[in-house]
Amino acid sequence: MSAPEQTSTVGGLAAILALPNDNPKKTIFMALAVCLSCSIVVAASAVGLRPLQVANQAADRIRNIVEVSGLAQPGDDIMSAFAKIEANMVRLSDGVFVADMDASTFDIERATKDPALSRTLSRAEDRANIKRQPEVMPVYMVRDTDGSVKTLILPIHGAGLWSTLYGFLALDGDLKTTQGLKFYQHAETPGLGGEVDNPNWRAQWRGKVVYDDQWQPRIELAKGSVDASDPNVVHKVDGLAGATLTTRGVENLINFWLGESGYGPLIERLRAERG
Amino acid sequence: MANDTKKILTGPIVDNNPVILQVLGICSALAVTTKMSTALTMCIALTLVTAFSNLLISMIRNHIPSSIRIIVQLTIISALVIVIDQLLKAFAFGLSKELSVFVGLIITNCIVLGRAEAFALKNPPLPSFIDGLGNGLGYSAILLLVGFIRELFGSGSLFGVSVLPLAKDGGWYIPNGMLLLPPSAFFIIGLIIWAVRSWKPAQVEKPDFKIHNAHQPEVS
Repeated sequence: MSAPEQTSTVGGLAAILALPNDNPKKTIFMALAVCLSCSIVVAASAVGLRPLQVANQAADRIRNIVEVSGLAQPGDDIMSAFAKIEANMVRLSDGVFVADMDASTFDIERATKDPALSRTLSRAEDRANIKRQPEVMPVYMVRDTDGSVKTLILPIHGAGLWSTLYGFLALDGDLKTTQGLKFYQHAETPGLGGEVDNPNWRAQWRGKVVYDDQWQPRIELAKGSVDASDPNVVHKVDGLAGATLTTRGVENLINFWLGESGYGPLIERLRAERG
Repeated sequence: MANDTKKILTGPIVDNNPVILQVLGICSALAVTTKMSTALTMCIALTLVTAFSNLLISMIRNHIPSSIRIIVQLTIISALVIVIDQLLKAFAFGLSKELSVFVGLIITNCIVLGRAEAFALKNPPLPSFIDGLGNGLGYSAILLLVGFIRELFGSGSLFGVSVLPLAKDGGWYIPNGMLLLPPSAFFIIGLIIWAVRSWKPAQVEKPDFKIHNAHQPEVS
């Protein structure tokens, strides 16, 4: 920029700043200037800190997988426990493992938006209210010394009230008894739907049976608390007080992911393998 | 001048406390005080936001058109809050998950906008910065006190370190579960207000109206 132009720009700026505060020109100039400088700061911090945040999220996922697998007690080394867990990519349509994909870098949210990796769900099929579903998903397994599956950890997600809940459901070796349930990402109301994080509520999931005798997904979240004398008590978990829509969302998403459109074919294949 | 600065800084801690005298910022005071660690993080975040929003707003105070001043203040405050939220997600991920929406809600915390409107618009940058710092510290003092009581008697620990051994882990202390629920923060803040106003009666508000003795009807 040449010298005279520079003076005129500076001069123009000074002229605007010298205008009275209620002048419309100055009002618009100030609004633009404040918005522009604030957006630069926000954008710079979001972009600059992104790599650290992504690493944190990945570590958080691993911590949640280890926690739900029941392998580690609090305080144990997460990474050494995670090393015992086998990760595979599974094709949902037939439950076969896909060898040439890496489960550790697979991003469920991104895959859902990618037309090459996901499909649109029909309204009748879409119980979890997620609209699009990845065609492949990462699954995690802990194997016994003889090679049989000891724990199967399935990533699940679906709509609650405000947000999509992302979590893991861990099943025992019989492929129908729950080992644990944990949501690692959601934005439900703290204190109401946010109680999906409550350890006491999560503890109830242990030992629940998610399939009925015909191997159809069956889990119900009761309104209020479950009557212990109910013959179907193994399929029922207490609902969350004051959070009917989150409760219904959790019930629907679990039944969806365990069903035909979800991990149904994988479970069937693993059952056949076990004999 | 030095005396003035000290007054601006320490005034909001007891004499003009934003939480217990002006009763602002109560929402977050209930939500984040079950644990000292979340309370402390929230205090640091709010103090930084209040101090820097006051500083920035004061720097451009002579050029803010009065017709859009609230939205200009809110834009600056939101930008600062987003930066703090991003920093927490990058460097204190666990804490940022626990604080969830409450960091974002600093934007609507009445203390921040209240100080921008009441102080920063009329005062030069340095005193405004110190005023923001002082009000942040006043908020922090109450939050940490409430957090101390709630975590110590509600979970028997401080900053997650067990202080009173719990009965369920073989100790002797049976925790008071009510202290972990939000209403207990109301009780504690109420008791603090009572205690402070007994100590400094000048803080007691004048009644809004007086009840006069009704005239006796002359004919019965």
